[in-house]
Amino acid sequence: MTAALAPAWVAVRRRPTLLAGLILLTAFLLIALTAPLIAPYDPILQNGDLRLQPPSWAHPFGTDNFGRDIFSRVIWGTRVDLQIAVIGVVFPFLIGTTVGTVAGYVGGKVDIVFMRVIDIILAFPFLVLMLSIIAILGPGLQSFYIAMALVGWVSYARLIRAQMLVLKTVDYATAALSLGFSGPRIMFRHLLPNAIAGSVVFSMSDCVLVLLSGAAISYLGLGVQPPIAEWGVMVAEGQSFITTAWWITLFPGLSIVTLAFGFSLTGDGLGDLLGVRE
Amino acid sequence: MHRYKFVLYRPLQFLPVLFGISLITFVLVRLIPGDPARVLLGTKSTPTAIAAIRAQYGLDQPIWLQYFYFLQNLAQGEMGKSILYKIDVLRLITTRIEPTLALVLCSVLLSLIIAVPLASLAARSNGGPADHIVRFISTFGIGFPPFWLALMLIIFFSVRLDLFPVSGYGENLADKLYHLILPSLTIALSLSTVLIRSLRTAMIAELKGDLATAARARGMPESIVFWRHVVPNSLVPTVNLLAVNIGWLIGGTVVVESVFALPGMGQLLVRAIFSRDYMVVQGVAMVFACATVLVNFIADIVTVAIDPRVKQ
Repeated sequence: MTAALAPAWVAVRRRPTLLAGLILLTAFLLIALTAPLIAPYDPILQNGDLRLQPPSWAHPFGTDNFGRDIFSRVIWGTRVDLQIAVIGVVFPFLIGTTVGTVAGYVGGKVDIVFMRVIDIILAFPFLVLMLSIIAILGPGLQSFYIAMALVGWVSYARLIRAQMLVLKTVDYATAALSLGFSGPRIMFRHLLPNAIAGSVVFSMSDCVLVLLSGAAISYLGLGVQPPIAEWGVMVAEGQSFITTAWWITLFPGLSIVTLAFGFSLTGDGLGDLLGVRE
Repeated sequence: MHRYKFVLYRPLQFLPVLFGISLITFVLVRLIPGDPARVLLGTKSTPTAIAAIRAQYGLDQPIWLQYFYFLQNLAQGEMGKSILYKIDVLRLITTRIEPTLALVLCSVLLSLIIAVPLASLAARSNGGPADHIVRFISTFGIGFPPFWLALMLIIFFSVRLDLFPVSGYGENLADKLYHLILPSLTIALSLSTVLIRSLRTAMIAELKGDLATAARARGMPESIVFWRHVVPNSLVPTVNLLAVNIGWLIGGTVVVESVFALPGMGQLLVRAIFSRDYMVVQGVAMVFACATVLVNFIADIVTVAIDPRVKQ
């Protein structure tokens, strides 16, 4: 533990919610990174002799109708689903933050145009607009990310814009302006760092939303395509066997719930730490 | 009646949004690569059908004129024909509204039945063990994917206990409601995690508020203070929260209808995407968007009706 990190560690240690959330997320990150080392079997290789085996010591989560080891598939699925939650949030975050900063600071016609666009996008139910865009682009994870970037930025833009409207009237903004600093410098170096806390906290609950949406879209057959191991796809594959082989659907679903819980706890803890009320 | 004046002028403010909705759905379908007439009619289109749709939508005209034709058709309730079902999109959608609407209403009702008692329990023991348990449940429950929760409910209630049907929609009213129980429960469980949080916060604020203090000063027992004063006042922010979440609720029905094979608009949308029935995708997206705008408008009216202090 270096000296610079010590205060951060103290702040985290005093908040059990944040600590629990970070531990869960770190665990999932480690599982994703070491998947090839820790997964006991090949996640895609089919084995006709091992079809629909219930959980046992050899296969803790059982096997599916192709004889694939569910435990190994859940481990490999961590890579895909963690990626969905992170990439699906990063692009909307960057776009929304930029738009919100500019719209809030510049104001006027720029602001009006962006706010109208946001109103229109918000008029569509989130998943319906996502599915419509994916219908045009074709199924797949890439389409999901593009659709996310096109739709997801509005929440961040609204959060940051509201903050900017308040911040641009504070003294240090006026001071920076009178020192002759450029608009972009004031917006992004002086005001944005003070406006971003709410968005960072929101991005954690957004990770939950994006994870659930990505898994749902994959479940519907419009996201990640089989035979790739992804938790939503695995639930869909197990659906035909729920009367006889419950383990195919149970474990991937539990993984989604646990990862989502990690993001929720981290979000709650961060909100507490940064003094943001939702 | 002065405070209801917004009911008259608010719809005018919707015009730019409705215009935007039509523009987005128009652009979406035109972005598909290839000849729009062929895209809209599917691969098995006849030359005469292609010629007819070219004339109707002005597909050989400049793009802004095409948009004008699109609006003109829309104003006449003309959303094109479904490739798969061979009937008018608008007629197809109207046959699918009932299950979706019933599902949304049952889910909202059920989620209130779940959320109000749990939020009350948490708020009245503010900081106590019951509060911690309820807050844990709501934080944990937010991460439950509805499609998976639906399957778990099926495994438990339909397969193990044999209480409810696995999928489908009934013939008469009682049978339909019977088929709607598990789908609504799925959505209600997810929705109530959000409702519990906001209701709990509102109730705690109301418990400390002037109304409750005044009622206590008049010697009212705590339970009457709670159910007569705290609960009704806490429902105002919840109505707004439900309206804000209507988009999320509709997304939930899309997924849950697919799991339970309910013949609603959500299932129609998903099937249309798979069969490249773009006119249907366009129509359903537009109807869902207009419904969202309408629900928010109704919520504004309800808020004013519940709380006379609110001014729009």
